[in-house]
Amino acid sequence: MTSPLAVASPRATYLDWASTAPLHPAARAALLAAWDEGWADPSRLYREARRARQLLDLARQSVAEALDARADEVFFPHTGTEAAHLAVLGTLSARGRVGRRLVTSPVEHSCVLHAGELHETGGGTTELLAVDHTGRVIVPDRLPTDTALVSVQSGNQEIGTLQPVADLAGLCGTVDIPLHVDATQSVGRVPVSREALGADLLTASGHKFGGPPGVGLLVVRTGTRWRSPSPTDERGAGRVPGFENVPSIVATAAALQARRSEIDAEATRLAGYVERLRTGLPGRVPDVEIVGPSDPAARLPHLLSASFLYVDGERLVGALDEAGFAISSGSACTASSVTPSHVLEAIGALTHGNVRISVGRDTTADDVERLLATVPEVVSALRADAGVGGL
Amino acid sequence: MSGSPSDAGEPDLLVDARGRRCPLPVIDLARALAKVDPGGLIDVLTDDPAAATDIPAWCRMRGQGYLGFAPIEGGAAMAHRVRRLS
Repeated sequence: MTSPLAVASPRATYLDWASTAPLHPAARAALLAAWDEGWADPSRLYREARRARQLLDLARQSVAEALDARADEVFFPHTGTEAAHLAVLGTLSARGRVGRRLVTSPVEHSCVLHAGELHETGGGTTELLAVDHTGRVIVPDRLPTDTALVSVQSGNQEIGTLQPVADLAGLCGTVDIPLHVDATQSVGRVPVSREALGADLLTASGHKFGGPPGVGLLVVRTGTRWRSPSPTDERGAGRVPGFENVPSIVATAAALQARRSEIDAEATRLAGYVERLRTGLPGRVPDVEIVGPSDPAARLPHLLSASFLYVDGERLVGALDEAGFAISSGSACTASSVTPSHVLEAIGALTHGNVRISVGRDTTADDVERLLATVPEVVSALRADAGVGGL
Repeated sequence: MSGSPSDAGEPDLLVDARGRRCPLPVIDLARALAKVDPGGLIDVLTDDPAAATDIPAWCRMRGQGYLGFAPIEGGAAMAHRVRRLS
């Protein structure tokens, strides 16, 4: 009998690395080994348990080293979303007497904004800092005195904009307000140092950089006031309730270590691909709005957002899929809701006909050239189909 | 609706794009542009949340004037006002 995999169509050119990455070879090797070696309950006292505990501790040490943190400051929630929820809600909870104001930005990942909404249902307030037309946060002169936490991402998940995190850390430091940095798009893609960022809390997600799904990263600086928003649990050092996924945590640490040795050379290559698309698309197809900062130093190296006037985003993604490209979109009609990307809305960019193209470890120059040839054809065909030529 | 006194009053053309989802309200507006003279006012009625961003964005890309919006139907829809500039 023939395996369905054997007759599957050729693999698409994957250009959605900002959503997730395929398992890194180093993570695969570590995962297989840890499933054999680290399956036992790390809280128990027999040999297999001690082995699992040892692997977990080594993984924690390795992640701490990679992020410039201490091992006892690193915790492993089950997703990046859960990590951000814990960082935001745990700090707000612990600092309730100081103030009930969360200061964040309108371009954060929805997990931070949703944590803010939950905070508001409990009587707290959420204040959104202004951003410029590239999505960069405008650092205020001062923070309200009742600010309990400032939460800002390192780089944006849709348009790549880097945020002035160090400036915000300086502002927070002068008035002793903790800073949470959502570094989900940055960790494993560009060097990230908790110390250099000046973050009191830092969160990320393993599957973004080639770890298996199901491992978030939460760093809480020693001395940061934090109280678990979850019921008490003996495991996870009181930060993350429940049984630790030791094999996946070990694999995540292996992926992060492997990425550290790759990203210097890779960042230049990927930035070149993105630059090629940024400059190449507008000349090949009319009425395209390239979103985000034009200065490469002001954005992450691996992603590009572009909106094509008069084009239906869902049809665009579908047509590119048919042409063999896996790409995501921030347009409303491609999501489950009718609301478009809150990031595109916040900066006033065209929200329809949007694609987010993101490159990664396996992307080649040939992939980019084929995409550059295909997008204009696809967009022209969709526009002709909609009868919008000449508008 | 915000804007100067000359922006007030009845539009020269009313585009009813209610019930139509992105990118159709913007396409409707683009088609309507030729039907008014430069300086003319177009109102686009829409209940598509994306239009609140996309109509001003279209005006910016096409060099037309976005004058603002006002809720209609008790907030279930919006009237966006555009002035043809070129």
